[in-house]
Amino acid sequence: MVALETDTASNTSTSVGIPNADGMVEEETTRLTGTQQFVTFAIGAEEYAVDIMQVREIQAWTEVTILPNQPHYMRGVLNLRGIIVPIFDLRRRFDQGDTEATSIHVVVIIAVGDRIIGILVDRVSDILTIDGSEIRAVPDLDDSGESEHIIGLVTAGERMVALLDTGSLFRHEIISSSLDAVEEPFAQQG
Amino acid sequence: MDEYEQFKTTYFAECAELLGDVEVQLSSLSDGSQDPEVLHAIFRAVHSIKAGAGAFKFTQLAAFSHEFEALLDRMRDGRIAVTEQGVNLLFKASDILSAMIEAAESKTQQSEDFGKEILDEISLIVTGKLAPSQTIKNSDDNQDSQVNQESAPDEKLTYQITFAPKTQLFKHANEPLLIIRELKSLGDLTSIPILKNLPSLAKMDGEEAYLAWNFELISNVRLDEVEEVFEFVTEDCDLEIKTVSDNSEPEDEIIEKTSVATQSSDPANQTAKSPVTAAKVTSIRVDLERLDRLVNMVGELVITQSMLSQQTNDLPSEQFPHMVRGLEELALHTRELQESVMSIRMQPVKSVFSRMPRLVRELSAKLNKKVNLTTIGENTEVDKTVIEEISDPITHMIRNSLDHGLEGTEERIELGKPDTGNVTLSAEHRAGRIVITISDDGRGINRQAVMKRARERGLIAETATPSDDEIDNMIFAPGFSTAEKVTDVSGRGVGMDVVRRNIQALGGRVSIQSTPGKGSRFTMTLPLTLAVMDGMIVQAGGDKYVIPIPNIVESLRPAKSSLKRLPTGQSLVHIRGHYVPLCSLHRVFNINGAITDPAEALVVLVESEEFGTTGIVVDELIGQQQVVIKSLESNYKPVPGISAATILGNGKVAPILDIEAIYRISQQELRNSPVPDDSDHSDVSENVQDSLASKEAATLAAQNAEIPTPSIG
Repeated sequence: MVALETDTASNTSTSVGIPNADGMVEEETTRLTGTQQFVTFAIGAEEYAVDIMQVREIQAWTEVTILPNQPHYMRGVLNLRGIIVPIFDLRRRFDQGDTEATSIHVVVIIAVGDRIIGILVDRVSDILTIDGSEIRAVPDLDDSGESEHIIGLVTAGERMVALLDTGSLFRHEIISSSLDAVEEPFAQQG
Repeated sequence: MDEYEQFKTTYFAECAELLGDVEVQLSSLSDGSQDPEVLHAIFRAVHSIKAGAGAFKFTQLAAFSHEFEALLDRMRDGRIAVTEQGVNLLFKASDILSAMIEAAESKTQQSEDFGKEILDEISLIVTGKLAPSQTIKNSDDNQDSQVNQESAPDEKLTYQITFAPKTQLFKHANEPLLIIRELKSLGDLTSIPILKNLPSLAKMDGEEAYLAWNFELISNVRLDEVEEVFEFVTEDCDLEIKTVSDNSEPEDEIIEKTSVATQSSDPANQTAKSPVTAAKVTSIRVDLERLDRLVNMVGELVITQSMLSQQTNDLPSEQFPHMVRGLEELALHTRELQESVMSIRMQPVKSVFSRMPRLVRELSAKLNKKVNLTTIGENTEVDKTVIEEISDPITHMIRNSLDHGLEGTEERIELGKPDTGNVTLSAEHRAGRIVITISDDGRGINRQAVMKRARERGLIAETATPSDDEIDNMIFAPGFSTAEKVTDVSGRGVGMDVVRRNIQALGGRVSIQSTPGKGSRFTMTLPLTLAVMDGMIVQAGGDKYVIPIPNIVESLRPAKSSLKRLPTGQSLVHIRGHYVPLCSLHRVFNINGAITDPAEALVVLVESEEFGTTGIVVDELIGQQQVVIKSLESNYKPVPGISAATILGNGKVAPILDIEAIYRISQQELRNSPVPDDSDHSDVSENVQDSLASKEAATLAAQNAEIPTPSIG
């Protein structure tokens, strides 16, 4: 229930399972030399990540208001301190079944361009600090078109984490001219 | 230079206001106003623009406004007569001025000779070389001396200036540095600061004015141009300007100006000061963003308050008397607070109305019709969000009245009408809404032509016999235009339907009344604000929705016997002799768990210009409440059937229904998958066959030729 504000990636307190980012000062300095920080979260065994600068806050799942005739992965809208925010179910978006959302599920509120959206995931796991050179390209295997929403892959220990391109993932739902301006800071590094 | 940028922003904001004033004054001038104050007012506005332009080094703007001002100056003291051509020239000049300001604001480079034609024309008139507007032969000394000075710019003068700002000068957001810079631009400037009042650093108050200056300016400019530099600060400083002529001919012209003795010799100058002094006491300028934040916060407060009262509704008042009373007071105060905050954003519609005389002027010239525009109630106030939106519809409807409504001059004379057509634009408050009417005394709507066109376009069935009123309102149908030829004045027949749609999007309505030969009248009603709304909260299958109260006619629980069905599957309810189509919210929105039998559910009768009356079937009514309108589209794509959303007392989002879209969806669903007719009352279709099909349904009927839809007449 406790909202965790990360407006600037500086105050990452622990409340929903994010380990304290002890390298805050380090982050400021290493950013200059090409390292990036990502918030990683999981659906079942699969791990995904978004740029920490995109993340506005993380909160536990609460009941949303359903909007009529929307795609099944659009769960509804939430009142985020007076702003109405659409919530997307990442599991459904990737056609991996349904999430029986409960209060232990987590909504990650992120900014995509000038839009604020929430994505429903099972849990938030980590903050990952990686160098741009560690990002691997996605192997071009399937032609489902879904891999285009993944910017790159990184390895964290034994795990593989997919870096999400949230702008392209929900392009149809949040069409806005500002999307053109969505930065892809790692694109040129990857 | 952040501060500098900030000054600039303020300057441009002021320019916009000043240009608005100029427009208003020019209009009254073109109406033949003889009031000298009109020209003074224009002069002051242009002068203020010029002063700022000089300070910010917008050279082109400054040069142009200088000439403009010179022309106005000569007009106001009668050296140049105010003729019609003259007024036209002023109009053109104000256009160029506004284009230049725009360019300066957006930092776009304009070509060197932008507006040169007008500039040249002005210069010629000012210097008396061109006299299309009959320069009055008024050989008073003043003019001669001025001409002399202008023709002999080589004569250098030395000015000795003492300038001591007072504290108010800073409080009124003036900056001595800018003044000194401007002074410097006039010629060779030597400045000696006077430091005698400067206290030690420890005793210094940051907001006090301690410095003063002695300047010596050697320049060929006239005394009044030097004075102009200080024009805006004369009351906030001690100022002394002495002229020492260079050719050893000391003029003892000493002008002394202090804040106490503002005995300006120029009466125009004095009038220029008085409104400014009055204004600074009664109003302040507030950044719009701050105001919006305040409005938003109060909106949140209203939501919190309604949550509190909802949670404590069942509190026994005998046990918690203070608490209950406190909550009641809180509700009262919140409502009052909200009203007063909203009233801050209220603006008179004058800002929109004032643009219309200009429009009428230009159009009547183009159409070669004589038109007299009367505006009534321009001080009627609405929220700024509404003001921004009403300008286009009004413009469009006035164009329409002029182009289609009013007859040509000869035709009017033949008809025995006065040759000048009348258009009246008025605004008033009525029942918590603003009503804007645009009426003309033209030919009215040609109903035969409308019917013919409507049939051609398939907008109504061949057999339909609509009432006069209904025919008149067909001009709002999509793709409708009866103009014999397409003119560039009122568009290509995409006009009135767009007007209606835009007004409806604002929660407003528009309709037309017309009397053939006598004229027609557009009536447009709009909510006073787009920030809050009175809504009825309804429930369907566990979800709550808001229906805008202005749409609601009544709600009822229909008797089973009053429910009918058409062969198409369209459900109807029979109320007081009328058949009203029903659409079930749960079907349109695919809501699970809602009551499906209309006989057990509740019908909310809603009304709209587009389709008349229809009944929305919901589970139950929760209650009426003022809701804060929140945009859904700031973070998501538009959702059909939902215009916006609000936040209820429990913190949950509730969609606000767009009833017209809901009706359209339900019609579409009927077409796509007609519900099989399982009932025994298909005979109703005969009854409704000949009643007027609404436009929307009629359009569908034209495409589909099988859904006759009734509406309450």
